[in-house]
Amino acid sequence: MKVQIDPERCQGHGRCYDLSPDLFTEDDEGYGQVAGDGVVPAGGERAARVAASNCPEKAIVLVEEA
Amino acid sequence: MTVDDRFVRDFREGQEEPLGTRNEIITGPVSDWATDFSHVEPEWAADPYPIQDDLRGRCPIAHTERFGGGWLPTRYEDVAAIAYDTEHFSSRAIIMSNYRPPRDIAPVGAVPPISSDPPFHHDARKLLLPAFTKKEVAKREEAARAFCHSLIDGFEGAEIVDAARDYAQHIPMRVMADMLGFPPEDGPRFREFVEHALEGVNLPPEQRVANMGELFDYLLEQIRDHVADPRDDLTTYLIDAELYGRKLEPSHVAGTMALLLIAGIDTTWSAIGASLWHLAKTPADRERLVAEPGLLPTAMEEFLRAYAPVTMARLVKDDMHWRGVDMKADDWVLLSFPAANRDPAQFDRADEVIIDREINRHAAFGLGIHRCVGSHLARMELRVALEVWLERVPVFGLADPSTVTWAPGQVRGPRTLSLRIG
Ligand code: HEM
Ligand code: HEM
Ligand code: SF4
Repeated sequence: MKVQIDPERCQGHGRCYDLSPDLFTEDDEGYGQVAGDGVVPAGGERAARVAASNCPEKAIVLVEEA
Repeated sequence: MTVDDRFVRDFREGQEEPLGTRNEIITGPVSDWATDFSHVEPEWAADPYPIQDDLRGRCPIAHTERFGGGWLPTRYEDVAAIAYDTEHFSSRAIIMSNYRPPRDIAPVGAVPPISSDPPFHHDARKLLLPAFTKKEVAKREEAARAFCHSLIDGFEGAEIVDAARDYAQHIPMRVMADMLGFPPEDGPRFREFVEHALEGVNLPPEQRVANMGELFDYLLEQIRDHVADPRDDLTTYLIDAELYGRKLEPSHVAGTMALLLIAGIDTTWSAIGASLWHLAKTPADRERLVAEPGLLPTAMEEFLRAYAPVTMARLVKDDMHWRGVDMKADDWVLLSFPAANRDPAQFDRADEVIIDREINRHAAFGLGIHRCVGSHLARMELRVALEVWLERVPVFGLADPSTVTWAPGQVRGPRTLSLRIG
Protein backbone atom coordinates (compact mmCIF):
# COMPACT_ATOMS: atom_id res chain seq x y z
CA MET A 1 0.00 0.00 0.00
CA LYS A 2 1.09 3.57 -0.73
CA VAL A 3 -0.15 6.88 0.68
CA GLN A 4 -0.48 10.11 -1.29
CA ILE A 5 -1.73 13.57 -0.40
CA ASP A 6 -3.70 15.55 -2.93
CA PRO A 7 -2.11 19.01 -2.56
CA GLU A 8 -5.18 20.64 -4.15
CA ARG A 9 -7.32 19.45 -1.26
CA CYS A 10 -4.91 19.53 1.71
CA GLN A 11 -5.47 22.57 3.95
CA GLY A 12 -3.00 21.69 6.68
CA HIS A 13 -5.35 20.40 9.37
CA GLY A 14 -2.53 18.09 10.41
CA ARG A 15 -4.67 15.15 11.44
CA CYS A 16 -2.45 12.89 9.33
CA TYR A 17 0.84 13.83 10.98
CA ASP A 18 -0.79 13.90 14.43
CA LEU A 19 -2.21 10.41 14.10
CA SER A 20 0.35 8.67 11.89
CA PRO A 21 3.68 10.47 12.30
CA ASP A 22 5.60 7.59 10.72
CA LEU A 23 3.80 8.09 7.44
CA PHE A 24 3.27 11.88 7.33
CA THR A 25 5.13 15.05 8.24
CA GLU A 26 4.42 18.76 7.92
CA ASP A 27 6.02 21.36 5.69
CA ASP A 28 7.01 24.88 6.82
CA GLU A 29 3.44 26.11 6.42
CA GLY A 30 1.78 23.15 8.13
CA TYR A 31 0.58 21.34 5.01
CA GLY A 32 0.79 17.55 5.16
CA GLN A 33 3.68 15.78 3.42
CA VAL A 34 4.16 12.12 2.75
CA ALA A 35 7.22 10.87 4.64
CA GLY A 36 9.75 9.27 2.28
CA ASP A 37 8.34 7.49 -0.76
CA GLY A 38 4.93 6.88 0.81
CA VAL A 39 5.23 3.12 0.78
CA VAL A 40 3.44 1.84 3.87
CA PRO A 41 5.63 -0.64 5.75
CA ALA A 42 4.18 -3.99 6.76
CA GLY A 43 1.90 -3.44 9.76
CA GLY A 44 1.37 0.22 8.93
CA GLU A 45 -1.84 -0.23 6.95
CA ARG A 46 -4.02 0.53 9.91
CA ALA A 47 -2.21 3.80 10.64
CA ALA A 48 -2.63 4.77 6.99
CA ARG A 49 -6.36 4.06 7.09
CA VAL A 50 -6.82 5.97 10.36
CA ALA A 51 -5.11 9.03 8.89
CA ALA A 52 -7.11 8.86 5.68
CA SER A 53 -10.43 8.49 7.48
CA ASN A 54 -9.75 11.45 9.79
CA CYS A 55 -8.57 13.96 7.20
CA PRO A 56 -11.33 16.59 7.15
CA GLU A 57 -10.58 17.47 3.52
CA LYS A 58 -10.48 13.86 2.25
CA ALA A 59 -7.05 14.71 0.83
CA ILE A 60 -5.35 11.39 1.56
CA VAL A 61 -5.35 8.76 -1.14
CA LEU A 62 -4.53 5.13 -0.36
CA VAL A 63 -3.18 3.25 -3.34
CA GLU A 64 -3.50 -0.49 -2.95
CA GLU A 65 -0.79 -2.29 -4.84
CA ALA A 66 -1.95 -4.92 -7.25
CA MET B 1 17.15 52.97 7.86
CA THR B 2 14.04 54.98 7.19
CA VAL B 3 11.61 55.65 9.98
CA ASP B 4 8.43 53.65 9.77
CA ASP B 5 5.86 56.42 9.62
CA ARG B 6 2.86 54.31 8.67
CA PHE B 7 1.54 54.40 12.22
CA VAL B 8 2.34 57.99 13.22
CA ARG B 9 -1.01 59.16 11.97
CA ASP B 10 -4.05 57.24 13.09
CA PHE B 11 -4.84 55.15 10.01
CA ARG B 12 -8.53 55.76 10.63
CA GLU B 13 -8.19 59.53 10.24
CA GLY B 14 -9.73 60.87 7.10
CA GLN B 15 -11.49 57.57 6.48
CA GLU B 16 -15.21 57.89 6.06
CA GLU B 17 -17.32 55.57 8.12
CA PRO B 18 -17.56 52.58 5.78
CA LEU B 19 -20.89 52.87 4.01
CA GLY B 20 -22.30 49.41 4.00
CA THR B 21 -25.94 48.80 4.84
CA ARG B 22 -27.85 48.55 8.08
CA ASN B 23 -31.14 46.87 8.73
CA GLU B 24 -33.73 47.10 11.45
CA ILE B 25 -32.70 45.21 14.60
CA ILE B 26 -35.22 42.49 15.54
CA THR B 27 -34.93 40.76 18.91
CA GLY B 28 -37.22 38.69 21.10
CA PRO B 29 -38.42 35.09 21.24
CA VAL B 30 -38.23 33.07 18.05
CA SER B 31 -41.64 32.08 16.66
CA ASP B 32 -40.52 29.19 14.45
CA TRP B 33 -36.86 28.21 14.07
CA ALA B 34 -37.41 27.26 10.43
CA THR B 35 -38.54 30.74 9.41
CA ASP B 36 -37.36 33.07 12.19
CA PHE B 37 -34.11 31.67 13.60
CA SER B 38 -31.77 33.78 15.72
CA HIS B 39 -28.46 32.53 17.05
CA VAL B 40 -28.32 35.28 19.68
CA GLU B 41 -31.49 34.41 21.60
CA PRO B 42 -31.07 32.69 25.01
CA GLU B 43 -32.69 29.43 23.90
CA TRP B 44 -30.00 28.90 21.26
CA ALA B 45 -27.20 29.84 23.67
CA ALA B 46 -28.50 27.42 26.30
CA ASP B 47 -28.76 24.38 23.99
CA PRO B 48 -28.66 24.76 20.20
CA TYR B 49 -28.39 21.05 19.38
CA PRO B 50 -32.06 20.00 19.66
CA ILE B 51 -32.96 23.03 17.53
CA GLN B 52 -30.40 22.06 14.90
CA ASP B 53 -31.45 18.39 14.92
CA ASP B 54 -35.09 19.36 14.50
CA LEU B 55 -34.26 21.67 11.58
CA ARG B 56 -32.08 19.07 9.88
CA GLY B 57 -35.10 16.76 9.87
CA ARG B 58 -37.81 19.13 8.70
CA CYS B 59 -36.15 22.16 7.07
CA PRO B 60 -32.45 21.63 6.41
CA ILE B 61 -31.90 25.14 5.06
CA ALA B 62 -33.82 27.34 7.50
CA HIS B 63 -34.52 31.03 6.95
CA THR B 64 -34.87 34.19 9.01
CA GLU B 65 -35.97 37.74 8.28
CA ARG B 66 -33.84 38.95 11.18
CA PHE B 67 -30.43 40.50 10.48
CA GLY B 68 -31.77 41.69 7.15
CA GLY B 69 -32.34 38.10 5.98
CA GLY B 70 -30.33 34.91 6.24
CA TRP B 71 -30.14 31.13 5.90
CA LEU B 72 -29.11 28.33 8.23
CA PRO B 73 -28.05 25.02 6.69
CA THR B 74 -27.75 22.19 9.21
CA ARG B 75 -26.58 19.25 7.07
CA TYR B 76 -22.86 18.51 6.91
CA GLU B 77 -23.06 18.24 3.15
CA ASP B 78 -24.49 21.75 2.72
CA VAL B 79 -22.13 23.37 5.24
CA ALA B 80 -19.16 21.79 3.47
CA ALA B 81 -20.40 22.83 0.03
CA ILE B 82 -20.70 26.46 1.15
CA ALA B 83 -17.30 26.50 2.86
CA TYR B 84 -15.75 25.25 -0.40
CA ASP B 85 -17.71 27.55 -2.70
CA THR B 86 -15.94 30.91 -2.47
CA GLU B 87 -17.32 31.84 -5.87
CA HIS B 88 -20.90 32.21 -4.66
CA PHE B 89 -20.35 32.93 -0.95
CA SER B 90 -18.16 35.78 0.28
CA SER B 91 -16.29 36.12 3.58
CA ARG B 92 -16.38 39.91 3.46
CA ALA B 93 -18.42 39.66 6.65
CA ILE B 94 -18.17 36.65 8.92
CA ILE B 95 -20.18 37.83 11.91
CA MET B 96 -23.93 37.73 11.21
CA SER B 97 -25.12 41.10 12.48
CA ASN B 98 -27.29 43.99 11.36
CA TYR B 99 -24.56 45.59 9.30
CA ARG B 100 -23.20 44.52 5.93
CA PRO B 101 -19.90 46.07 4.94
CA PRO B 102 -19.82 47.56 1.43
CA ARG B 103 -19.08 45.21 -1.45
CA ASP B 104 -15.87 46.99 -2.38
CA ILE B 105 -14.32 45.98 0.95
CA ALA B 106 -13.78 42.55 -0.69
CA PRO B 107 -11.44 40.78 -1.32
CA VAL B 108 -9.40 42.13 1.63
CA GLY B 109 -12.11 42.77 4.22
CA ALA B 110 -11.66 44.34 7.65
CA VAL B 111 -9.73 41.54 9.33
CA PRO B 112 -7.61 39.55 6.85
CA PRO B 113 -7.42 36.67 6.17
CA ILE B 114 -10.71 35.54 7.73
CA SER B 115 -12.60 38.40 6.02
CA SER B 116 -10.79 37.93 2.71
CA ASP B 117 -11.82 36.24 -0.51
CA PRO B 118 -9.60 34.79 -3.24
CA PRO B 119 -7.20 35.72 -4.64
CA PHE B 120 -6.03 38.07 -1.87
CA HIS B 121 -6.93 35.57 0.86
CA HIS B 122 -4.17 33.13 0.01
CA ASP B 123 -1.41 35.71 0.33
CA ALA B 124 -2.68 37.19 3.59
CA ARG B 125 -3.01 33.70 5.04
CA LYS B 126 0.42 32.60 3.87
CA LEU B 127 1.97 35.37 5.98
CA LEU B 128 0.59 33.77 9.13
CA LEU B 129 1.03 30.05 8.48
CA PRO B 130 4.73 29.63 9.42
CA ALA B 131 4.16 31.06 12.91
CA PHE B 132 1.34 28.61 13.60
CA THR B 133 2.68 25.21 12.53
CA LYS B 134 2.61 22.32 14.96
CA LYS B 135 6.39 22.48 15.32
CA GLU B 136 6.35 26.22 16.00
CA VAL B 137 3.56 26.12 18.60
CA ALA B 138 5.23 23.20 20.38
CA LYS B 139 7.81 25.73 21.57
CA ARG B 140 5.10 27.35 23.70
CA GLU B 141 3.96 24.16 25.37
CA GLU B 142 6.23 24.31 28.39
CA ALA B 143 5.25 27.87 29.28
CA ALA B 144 1.57 27.06 28.78
CA ARG B 145 1.86 24.05 31.07
CA ALA B 146 3.58 26.06 33.81
CA PHE B 147 0.90 28.72 33.51
CA CYS B 148 -1.91 26.13 33.88
CA HIS B 149 -0.21 24.81 37.02
CA SER B 150 0.00 28.33 38.43
CA LEU B 151 -3.74 28.84 37.87
CA ILE B 152 -4.51 25.66 39.79
CA ASP B 153 -2.06 26.65 42.55
CA GLY B 154 -4.24 29.76 42.82
CA PHE B 155 -7.29 27.69 43.82
CA GLU B 156 -5.60 27.22 47.21
CA GLY B 157 -7.88 24.65 48.74
CA ALA B 158 -11.13 26.23 47.51
CA GLU B 159 -13.99 23.72 47.32
CA ILE B 160 -15.80 25.43 44.47
CA VAL B 161 -14.10 27.18 41.55
CA ASP B 162 -15.35 28.71 38.33
CA ALA B 163 -13.50 26.71 35.70
CA ALA B 164 -14.52 29.07 32.89
CA ARG B 165 -13.62 32.31 34.62
CA ASP B 166 -10.73 31.20 36.83
CA TYR B 167 -9.09 28.67 34.50
CA ALA B 168 -10.19 28.28 30.86
CA GLN B 169 -10.26 31.94 29.86
CA HIS B 170 -6.81 32.79 31.19
CA ILE B 171 -4.93 30.20 29.17
CA PRO B 172 -5.54 31.55 25.65
CA MET B 173 -5.37 35.13 26.93
CA ARG B 174 -1.88 34.54 28.23
CA VAL B 175 -0.77 32.65 25.12
CA MET B 176 -2.08 35.34 22.75
CA ALA B 177 -0.61 38.18 24.84
CA ASP B 178 2.77 36.41 24.67
CA MET B 179 2.55 35.76 20.93
CA LEU B 180 1.50 39.31 20.08
CA GLY B 181 3.86 40.85 22.64
CA PHE B 182 1.16 42.62 24.68
CA PRO B 183 1.47 43.17 28.45
CA PRO B 184 0.10 40.03 30.17
CA GLU B 185 -1.82 42.14 32.67
CA ASP B 186 -4.03 43.49 29.85
CA GLY B 187 -5.96 40.19 29.79
CA PRO B 188 -9.20 41.60 31.23
CA ARG B 189 -9.29 44.23 28.47
CA PHE B 190 -9.03 41.48 25.82
CA ARG B 191 -12.09 39.88 27.32
CA GLU B 192 -14.02 43.10 26.80
CA PHE B 193 -12.89 43.41 23.18
CA VAL B 194 -13.90 39.85 22.47
CA GLU B 195 -17.34 40.24 24.03
CA HIS B 196 -17.95 43.44 22.13
CA ALA B 197 -17.03 42.00 18.77
CA LEU B 198 -18.83 38.69 19.08
CA GLU B 199 -21.66 39.06 21.53
CA GLY B 200 -22.74 42.64 20.92
CA VAL B 201 -24.21 42.07 17.45
CA ASN B 202 -27.64 43.46 18.35
CA LEU B 203 -26.35 46.60 20.08
CA PRO B 204 -27.14 49.96 18.50
CA PRO B 205 -24.69 50.98 15.74
CA GLU B 206 -23.20 53.92 17.67
CA GLN B 207 -22.30 51.53 20.47
CA ARG B 208 -20.79 49.02 18.00
CA VAL B 209 -18.68 51.76 16.45
CA ALA B 210 -17.51 53.07 19.83
CA ASN B 211 -16.58 49.56 20.96
CA MET B 212 -14.63 48.92 17.78
CA GLY B 213 -12.87 52.24 18.30
CA GLU B 214 -11.59 51.15 21.71
CA LEU B 215 -10.09 47.97 20.30
CA PHE B 216 -8.28 49.85 17.55
CA ASP B 217 -7.06 52.54 19.97
CA TYR B 218 -5.50 49.77 22.00
CA LEU B 219 -3.94 48.08 18.96
CA LEU B 220 -2.51 51.33 17.66
CA GLU B 221 -0.92 51.96 21.05
CA GLN B 222 0.71 48.50 20.94
CA ILE B 223 1.83 48.98 17.33
CA ARG B 224 3.48 52.31 18.10
CA ASP B 225 5.22 50.77 21.08
CA HIS B 226 6.57 48.00 18.81
CA VAL B 227 7.66 50.44 16.09
CA ALA B 228 9.75 52.24 18.73
CA ASP B 229 10.98 49.02 20.28
CA PRO B 230 10.84 46.02 17.90
CA ARG B 231 10.65 42.57 19.50
CA ASP B 232 10.56 38.94 18.50
CA ASP B 233 6.77 38.62 18.41
CA LEU B 234 3.85 38.63 15.98
CA THR B 235 3.25 42.37 16.22
CA THR B 236 6.77 43.21 15.07
CA TYR B 237 6.51 40.43 12.50
CA LEU B 238 3.35 41.97 11.00
CA ILE B 239 4.81 45.49 11.09
CA ASP B 240 7.83 44.23 9.10
CA ALA B 241 5.96 41.79 6.85
CA GLU B 242 5.79 42.45 3.11
CA LEU B 243 3.21 41.57 0.52
CA TYR B 244 3.67 42.24 -3.20
CA GLY B 245 7.04 43.91 -2.42
CA ARG B 246 5.59 46.44 0.00
CA LYS B 247 4.97 46.67 3.72
CA LEU B 248 1.37 45.96 4.71
CA GLU B 249 -1.28 48.64 4.83
CA PRO B 250 -1.63 49.91 8.41
CA SER B 251 -5.24 48.73 8.43
CA HIS B 252 -4.10 45.23 7.43
CA VAL B 253 -1.58 45.10 10.31
CA ALA B 254 -4.19 46.26 12.83
CA GLY B 255 -6.96 44.14 11.33
CA THR B 256 -4.92 40.94 11.51
CA MET B 257 -3.92 41.71 15.09
CA ALA B 258 -7.59 42.25 15.94
CA LEU B 259 -8.42 38.92 14.33
CA LEU B 260 -5.74 37.01 16.22
CA LEU B 261 -6.79 38.56 19.49
CA ILE B 262 -10.46 37.80 18.94
CA ALA B 263 -10.16 34.45 17.15
CA GLY B 264 -7.42 33.21 19.46
CA ILE B 265 -9.09 33.78 22.79
CA ASP B 266 -12.71 32.94 23.31
CA THR B 267 -12.65 30.07 20.82
CA THR B 268 -10.07 28.18 22.84
CA TRP B 269 -11.54 29.31 26.15
CA SER B 270 -14.85 27.83 24.93
CA ALA B 271 -13.28 24.55 23.90
CA ILE B 272 -11.49 24.10 27.24
CA GLY B 273 -14.62 25.06 29.16
CA ALA B 274 -16.96 22.79 27.19
CA SER B 275 -14.60 19.83 27.65
CA LEU B 276 -14.42 20.36 31.42
CA TRP B 277 -18.21 20.80 31.54
CA HIS B 278 -18.67 17.45 29.77
CA LEU B 279 -16.25 15.68 32.12
CA ALA B 280 -17.85 17.29 35.18
CA LYS B 281 -21.23 15.84 34.28
CA THR B 282 -19.98 12.50 32.94
CA PRO B 283 -18.05 10.70 35.71
CA ALA B 284 -17.41 7.59 33.59
CA ASP B 285 -15.56 9.61 30.93
CA ARG B 286 -13.66 11.59 33.56
CA GLU B 287 -12.53 8.44 35.37
CA ARG B 288 -11.50 6.77 32.15
CA LEU B 289 -9.36 9.74 31.08
CA VAL B 290 -7.71 9.96 34.48
CA ALA B 291 -6.87 6.24 34.21
CA GLU B 292 -5.86 6.37 30.52
CA PRO B 293 -4.21 9.75 29.83
CA GLY B 294 -3.08 8.41 26.43
CA LEU B 295 -6.68 8.57 25.26
CA LEU B 296 -6.87 12.33 25.73
CA PRO B 297 -5.90 13.36 22.16
CA THR B 298 -8.70 11.15 20.80
CA ALA B 299 -11.21 12.34 23.41
CA MET B 300 -10.30 15.94 22.68
CA GLU B 301 -11.25 15.56 19.02
CA GLU B 302 -14.60 14.20 20.15
CA PHE B 303 -15.16 17.23 22.40
CA LEU B 304 -14.26 19.46 19.46
CA ARG B 305 -16.77 17.61 17.28
CA ALA B 306 -19.65 17.47 19.74
CA TYR B 307 -19.18 20.94 21.24
CA ALA B 308 -17.59 22.75 18.29
CA PRO B 309 -17.33 26.31 19.56
CA VAL B 310 -17.21 28.22 16.29
CA THR B 311 -19.93 29.13 13.78
CA MET B 312 -18.99 31.37 10.87
CA ALA B 313 -21.02 33.39 8.40
CA ARG B 314 -20.90 34.23 4.70
CA LEU B 315 -22.72 36.69 2.46
CA VAL B 316 -24.40 35.46 -0.72
CA LYS B 317 -22.73 37.17 -3.67
CA ASP B 318 -25.57 37.23 -6.22
CA ASP B 319 -29.20 36.12 -6.40
CA MET B 320 -29.32 32.39 -7.02
CA HIS B 321 -31.30 29.23 -6.61
CA TRP B 322 -29.27 27.02 -4.30
CA ARG B 323 -30.24 23.47 -3.34
CA GLY B 324 -33.94 24.27 -3.35
CA VAL B 325 -33.98 27.77 -1.86
CA ASP B 326 -33.92 31.22 -3.45
CA MET B 327 -30.98 33.09 -2.02
CA LYS B 328 -30.72 36.83 -2.61
CA ALA B 329 -27.56 38.86 -2.99
CA ASP B 330 -26.34 39.92 0.48
CA ASP B 331 -28.38 37.33 2.36
CA TRP B 332 -26.41 35.93 5.28
CA VAL B 333 -25.56 32.27 5.58
CA LEU B 334 -24.91 31.16 9.13
CA LEU B 335 -22.27 28.48 8.61
CA SER B 336 -22.74 26.16 11.55
CA PHE B 337 -19.81 23.80 11.87
CA PRO B 338 -21.41 22.62 15.15
CA ALA B 339 -24.56 21.53 13.27
CA ALA B 340 -22.49 19.83 10.55
CA ASN B 341 -20.61 17.92 13.25
CA ARG B 342 -23.83 16.38 14.56
CA ASP B 343 -25.29 15.28 11.25
CA PRO B 344 -26.15 11.56 11.47
CA ALA B 345 -25.54 11.23 7.73
CA GLN B 346 -21.86 11.97 8.42
CA PHE B 347 -21.26 10.49 11.89
CA ASP B 348 -22.42 7.28 13.57
CA ARG B 349 -24.28 7.98 16.79
CA ALA B 350 -23.83 11.68 16.02
CA ASP B 351 -25.67 12.84 19.14
CA GLU B 352 -23.52 10.81 21.54
CA VAL B 353 -20.15 11.79 22.95
CA ILE B 354 -17.88 8.79 22.41
CA ILE B 355 -14.46 9.62 23.80
CA ASP B 356 -12.68 6.84 21.93
CA ARG B 357 -14.29 7.57 18.55
CA GLU B 358 -11.59 6.53 16.11
CA ILE B 359 -12.97 7.91 12.87
CA ASN B 360 -13.78 11.56 13.37
CA ARG B 361 -13.71 13.70 10.26
CA HIS B 362 -15.16 16.69 12.10
CA ALA B 363 -15.19 20.28 10.88
CA ALA B 364 -14.67 22.23 14.13
CA PHE B 365 -11.80 24.16 12.55
CA GLY B 366 -13.63 24.79 9.31
CA LEU B 367 -13.18 23.32 5.85
CA GLY B 368 -11.46 24.60 2.75
CA ILE B 369 -9.30 27.67 2.33
CA HIS B 370 -10.18 29.31 5.66
CA ARG B 371 -9.14 26.30 7.79
CA CYS B 372 -8.34 27.75 11.21
CA VAL B 373 -4.79 29.07 11.13
CA GLY B 374 -4.65 28.60 14.90
CA SER B 375 -5.79 24.95 14.95
CA HIS B 376 -2.41 23.55 16.01
CA LEU B 377 -2.08 26.19 18.71
CA ALA B 378 -5.64 25.60 19.92
CA ARG B 379 -5.08 21.83 20.06
CA MET B 380 -1.89 22.30 22.06
CA GLU B 381 -3.62 24.64 24.53
CA LEU B 382 -6.64 22.36 24.88
CA ARG B 383 -4.52 19.26 25.45
CA VAL B 384 -2.23 20.92 27.99
CA ALA B 385 -5.15 22.56 29.83
CA LEU B 386 -6.95 19.23 30.16
CA GLU B 387 -3.81 17.23 31.02
CA VAL B 388 -2.88 19.59 33.84
CA TRP B 389 -6.45 19.79 35.13
CA LEU B 390 -6.94 16.00 35.18
CA GLU B 391 -3.56 15.48 36.83
CA ARG B 392 -4.15 18.08 39.55
CA VAL B 393 -7.94 17.85 39.96
CA PRO B 394 -8.90 14.27 39.05
CA VAL B 395 -12.20 14.40 40.95
CA PHE B 396 -14.73 17.12 40.15
CA GLY B 397 -18.37 17.66 39.32
CA LEU B 398 -20.87 20.42 38.58
CA ALA B 399 -21.56 22.43 41.72
CA ASP B 400 -24.99 23.45 40.46
CA PRO B 401 -25.99 22.69 36.85
CA SER B 402 -28.56 25.50 36.85
CA THR B 403 -25.86 28.18 37.21
CA VAL B 404 -23.87 27.21 34.11
CA THR B 405 -24.10 29.96 31.47
CA TRP B 406 -23.10 29.82 27.80
CA ALA B 407 -21.88 32.63 25.54
CA PRO B 408 -24.50 33.67 23.02
CA GLY B 409 -23.59 34.27 19.40
CA GLN B 410 -21.20 32.61 17.01
CA VAL B 411 -18.62 31.41 19.51
CA ARG B 412 -20.25 29.21 22.10
CA GLY B 413 -18.80 27.89 25.33
CA PRO B 414 -19.38 28.07 29.08
CA ARG B 415 -18.87 31.51 30.62
CA THR B 416 -19.79 30.48 34.18
CA LEU B 417 -18.91 26.94 35.21
CA SER B 418 -18.93 26.32 38.95
CA LEU B 419 -17.21 23.06 39.76
CA ARG B 420 -16.93 21.32 43.08
CA ILE B 421 -13.32 20.22 43.40
CA GLY B 422 -13.00 19.70 47.16
C1 HEM C 1 -10.70 25.59 19.64
C2 HEM C 1 -10.34 26.74 19.19
C3 HEM C 1 -10.64 27.26 17.82
C4 HEM C 1 -11.66 26.93 16.97
C5 HEM C 1 -12.76 25.91 17.17
C6 HEM C 1 -11.48 27.73 15.77
C7 HEM C 1 -12.30 27.67 14.67
C8 HEM C 1 -12.10 28.34 13.48
C9 HEM C 1 -12.90 28.18 12.30
C10 HEM C 1 -14.13 27.30 12.17
C11 HEM C 1 -12.36 28.96 11.32
C12 HEM C 1 -12.86 29.06 9.87
C13 HEM C 1 -13.43 30.37 9.54
C14 HEM C 1 -14.22 30.40 8.25
O1 HEM C 1 -14.45 29.37 7.60
O2 HEM C 1 -14.64 31.50 7.90
C15 HEM C 1 -11.22 29.63 11.91
C16 HEM C 1 -10.41 30.53 11.24
C17 HEM C 1 -9.32 31.17 11.82
N1 HEM C 1 -8.85 30.99 13.11
FE1 HEM C 1 -9.58 29.72 14.50
N2 HEM C 1 -10.39 28.53 15.93
C18 HEM C 1 -9.84 28.27 17.16
C19 HEM C 1 -8.71 28.84 17.71
C20 HEM C 1 -7.90 29.75 17.06
C21 HEM C 1 -6.67 30.27 17.57
C22 HEM C 1 -6.01 29.89 18.89
C23 HEM C 1 -6.20 31.15 16.63
C24 HEM C 1 -4.94 31.96 16.62
C25 HEM C 1 -4.44 32.72 17.22
C26 HEM C 1 -7.13 31.17 15.53
C27 HEM C 1 -6.98 31.94 14.40
C28 HEM C 1 -7.75 31.81 13.27
C29 HEM C 1 -7.50 32.54 12.04
C30 HEM C 1 -6.37 33.54 11.79
C31 HEM C 1 -8.49 32.14 11.13
C32 HEM C 1 -8.68 32.63 9.70
C33 HEM C 1 -8.08 31.71 8.70
C34 HEM C 1 -8.37 32.11 7.28
O3 HEM C 1 -9.35 32.79 7.00
O4 HEM C 1 -7.57 31.73 6.41
N3 HEM C 1 -8.16 30.31 15.83
N4 HEM C 1 -11.07 29.23 13.22
C1 HEM D 1 -8.62 48.52 10.41
C2 HEM D 1 -9.80 48.86 10.45
C3 HEM D 1 -10.97 48.07 10.93
C4 HEM D 1 -11.10 46.77 11.30
C5 HEM D 1 -10.04 45.73 11.34
C6 HEM D 1 -12.47 46.55 11.67
C7 HEM D 1 -12.96 45.33 12.12
C8 HEM D 1 -14.27 45.08 12.31
C9 HEM D 1 -14.81 43.87 12.85
C10 HEM D 1 -14.00 42.67 13.31
C11 HEM D 1 -16.15 44.00 12.90
C12 HEM D 1 -17.14 43.01 13.46
C13 HEM D 1 -17.35 41.89 12.55
C14 HEM D 1 -18.42 42.09 11.52
O1 HEM D 1 -19.47 42.70 11.83
O2 HEM D 1 -18.25 41.57 10.42
C15 HEM D 1 -16.47 45.31 12.36
C16 HEM D 1 -17.73 45.83 12.26
C17 HEM D 1 -17.96 47.19 12.12
N1 HEM D 1 -17.02 48.18 11.96
FE1 HEM D 1 -15.09 47.96 11.76
N2 HEM D 1 -13.14 47.71 11.53
C18 HEM D 1 -12.26 48.66 11.09
C19 HEM D 1 -12.48 49.98 10.85
C20 HEM D 1 -13.70 50.58 11.07
C21 HEM D 1 -13.94 52.00 10.98
C22 HEM D 1 -12.89 53.01 10.67
C23 HEM D 1 -15.26 52.16 11.26
C24 HEM D 1 -16.07 53.40 11.34
C25 HEM D 1 -15.80 54.49 11.85
C26 HEM D 1 -15.83 50.85 11.50
C27 HEM D 1 -17.15 50.61 11.78
C28 HEM D 1 -17.69 49.37 11.91
C29 HEM D 1 -19.08 49.14 12.06
C30 HEM D 1 -20.14 50.21 12.08
C31 HEM D 1 -19.25 47.78 12.18
C32 HEM D 1 -20.53 47.02 12.26
C33 HEM D 1 -21.14 47.01 13.57
C34 HEM D 1 -22.43 46.27 13.54
O3 HEM D 1 -22.40 45.04 13.38
O4 HEM D 1 -23.46 46.91 13.67
N3 HEM D 1 -14.85 49.91 11.38
N4 HEM D 1 -15.30 45.94 12.04
S1 SF4 E 1 -5.04 15.74 7.56
FE1 SF4 E 1 -5.54 16.14 5.44
S2 SF4 E 1 -5.72 18.33 5.24
FE2 SF4 E 1 -4.66 17.86 7.10
S3 SF4 E 1 -2.51 18.01 6.66
FE3 SF4 E 1 -3.11 15.91 6.49
S4 SF4 E 1 -3.68 15.69 4.36
FE4 SF4 E 1 -3.64 17.85 4.75
